[in-house]
Amino acid sequence: MIDRTVFVSRRNLLARGAFIGGLALHPRLALAAAGTDARLVFIILRGAMDGLAAIPPLNDNRLEKLRGQLAAPPAQLGAPIKLTADFAAHPALAGFAGLFAAGEAAVVHAIASPYRERSHFDAQNILETAGNAAYAVKDGWLNRLLPLLPAQSPAVALSATLPALLQGAAPATSFAPSRLPDASAGLKVRVAALYEADPLLHRLWSDAIATEMMAGASGSADGPGNSAALAATAARLLADASGPRIAVLDMGGWDTHAGQAQRLNNQLRQLDGVFAALKSGLGAAWSNTLVIAATEFGRTVAANGTGGTDHGTASAALLAGGRVAGGKVHGDWPGLDRLFQDRDLMPTSSLNALFAGAVAGLFGLDPELVVRRAFAAAPAKAMTGIIRT
Amino acid sequence: MAAPADPQGWLLGQFDQFDPRPAVLSGLPGGAAMTLQYRQNLAALRRVGIGGLPRQPGDPEPLKGPEAEAEANRYQQERRQAFRQAYGAQVQARLAMAISGPAPFAERLVHFWANHFAISTDKLATATMGGPLEFEAIRPGITGRFGSLLLAVVRHPGMMFYLDQAQSIGPGSLLAQAARRRNAPRQPGLNENLAREILELHTLGAGHYTQADVGGLARALTGWSIGGFVRRPLGVPAPDGEFVFQPNWHEPGSVTVAGKTYAQGGAAQAEAILNDLATHPRTAQRLAEKLARHLVADVPPPALVARMAQAYLASGGDLMALYRAVVNAPEAWAQPLAKFKTPWDWTVSVARALPKTNMPDLRLVLMLAELGQPVWRPGSPAGWPDDTARWAAPDALMRRVEVAGRLAGLAGGGDPRGLAAKLLPGTLSAATSAAIARAESPAEGTALLLVCPEFLRR
Repeated sequence: MIDRTVFVSRRNLLARGAFIGGLALHPRLALAAAGTDARLVFIILRGAMDGLAAIPPLNDNRLEKLRGQLAAPPAQLGAPIKLTADFAAHPALAGFAGLFAAGEAAVVHAIASPYRERSHFDAQNILETAGNAAYAVKDGWLNRLLPLLPAQSPAVALSATLPALLQGAAPATSFAPSRLPDASAGLKVRVAALYEADPLLHRLWSDAIATEMMAGASGSADGPGNSAALAATAARLLADASGPRIAVLDMGGWDTHAGQAQRLNNQLRQLDGVFAALKSGLGAAWSNTLVIAATEFGRTVAANGTGGTDHGTASAALLAGGRVAGGKVHGDWPGLDRLFQDRDLMPTSSLNALFAGAVAGLFGLDPELVVRRAFAAAPAKAMTGIIRT
Repeated sequence: MAAPADPQGWLLGQFDQFDPRPAVLSGLPGGAAMTLQYRQNLAALRRVGIGGLPRQPGDPEPLKGPEAEAEANRYQQERRQAFRQAYGAQVQARLAMAISGPAPFAERLVHFWANHFAISTDKLATATMGGPLEFEAIRPGITGRFGSLLLAVVRHPGMMFYLDQAQSIGPGSLLAQAARRRNAPRQPGLNENLAREILELHTLGAGHYTQADVGGLARALTGWSIGGFVRRPLGVPAPDGEFVFQPNWHEPGSVTVAGKTYAQGGAAQAEAILNDLATHPRTAQRLAEKLARHLVADVPPPALVARMAQAYLASGGDLMALYRAVVNAPEAWAQPLAKFKTPWDWTVSVARALPKTNMPDLRLVLMLAELGQPVWRPGSPAGWPDDTARWAAPDALMRRVEVAGRLAGLAGGGDPRGLAAKLLPGTLSAATSAAIARAESPAEGTALLLVCPEFLRR
């Protein structure tokens, strides 16, 4: 008989917030009315989301050739949902596809940061700082944008600490609800690999995982609904008329080197839940909102030997909200005939250009000023046509 | 922290920097204040009528009915609050010295001796005595003679209360005779608890003493008490928490312990026994083995233990001689990563690795409980076990992984690749290094570093 009390008491300790809840820096929301009504939600998809699986091209038979079984989701997960004549959404993104059909969501495909290597850390740092090299720029581009905006409550990150994206001189805060996720499924998978050559730790870890599964603890996924709950919190803060106007969400678990079909399905379902929670939580403010979900790089076009894909280059960015010029897949589709370094989707759009164009359009700023102030280290011409005018 | 070029010199040199009474301890209430608090707690318990304590002459009339219940609840709440505050501050001070003090090896030895002389804070009398015992009796004594350390610990209110010594009365003492004459309802008597644990845990070890030794030492210890609790006639008043010898509670006559007879001499009788026990060859063997197990390996090389014991005896029980013997032994350096870190070790090393989390230490206090090793609460005078089997367990490992995941999230997005090379010089394996570099985010890489096989061991 498995003694479940040990789990119960441990998780109760966390639930009481004894451990980490007190760490949350409760944002002191200024009472002065914010000077802008527009809302920006930035979702960092850490681990490299496979853009070709999230938003597959419909008429490119090279995909199936290179990916084989992984080119389409397994039948039991449902069929891809057609977005345009040329692109579909993964079946787990049904909600997003609905927003797309209603003109409240869009995609920018074959997009990448200026980074062309394949380290997660370096790539995420460049995504967040818009530097021209990893760790070269100390503050986040979104923080550098803040002084250009009318007075407002500090931008808020829904995490225990500020991501690099929001670090810098301008005031920003982080807010974590008392219940942060338990160790993520991704971390547990990697820990298992880490212990493979260590007989003692390997045995202990196998036992621990087996016990956890028998006890029915939430050993799988990042705790169901955790991301959606964070999104709901973000929406609640943003919906407040005197609350912050910018929120950042962090979502890990995209590094699908193995068992991609199932894992990516879980990830995309969670992301779909995030969009839904934002829309419902923001209420009327949704019409004045832009959501950007972006990842540090894409994944190889070909499947690897473990039912997954490896680190690649270009991916897709997902946009949503009432302010997005929706119902479109933006960008130039490079096709899969010619691949970057013979392995990755060729980048044809710049993430920095998307970010600059999107925030300039959303907040009514001069795009050149935005590029100069926030993207000076790796400037790109601000993308146009992203924001509904 | 690159590996020092002269590790032996680096470790032994720390004793020059070690501060037995650093500033971080100066504001903490000590054993005297905690004794007073204990006394007040007892009085309050009698007043509200919980704990079944007999009323003492001079106590106010106990409360009755619903008023008493409300009062009892209020009192219990206040007591818990006061406990949390005092205990939390003590553990935070201990953590601060371990994490950022100039002499981490000396701090490790403080913790080793605190565990050797373990008390547990799950008793009302010792709820807040863990810190005072370690800070007042152990810290100042880790570089001197073991006999002095033993004496300081035994005389401290923390140990006296924990092992029920403060009210141990010799059956032939003046006080006991007087009680018999007036046919008192409670006849005072001997308590053997402290005597037994001194023989079994602090000095000779199980199997190397007899019940007669226990009785002898217990009789010699009668009258060793703590100020603040003298209500009996024939007692010498003394300030709260201060060691006091009560001649009229002391058992007259000579005693025999470990084959040697000790003539009567009041407090000096037990002092002489403790002194001899401290330099007994069995004690030397036992201390050497325990310390080698702590520093070198779960099953330390017997030749090393023998050399350590010899050095200790040759020096007349000098702890520095014991430390030098192990630090300078080639066997001590032959097997890196032989020890699986206890939750305490792991927590301290995590805090040192991630200074950026700026974690308020109170969270570390709770974390230690979550990881299974709440400070000063081993639950028994034997202290925490010091081997892999006790700490390397499936659930414990899972907890470390969960904690690592959360802490790494707090540490921000520093590059874990550089951190790994810095923290594990010479021991970082290629496989771990690659796993950290392949993590999907800096936070995940940092979490992997904190739970990798090399970091879980020392």
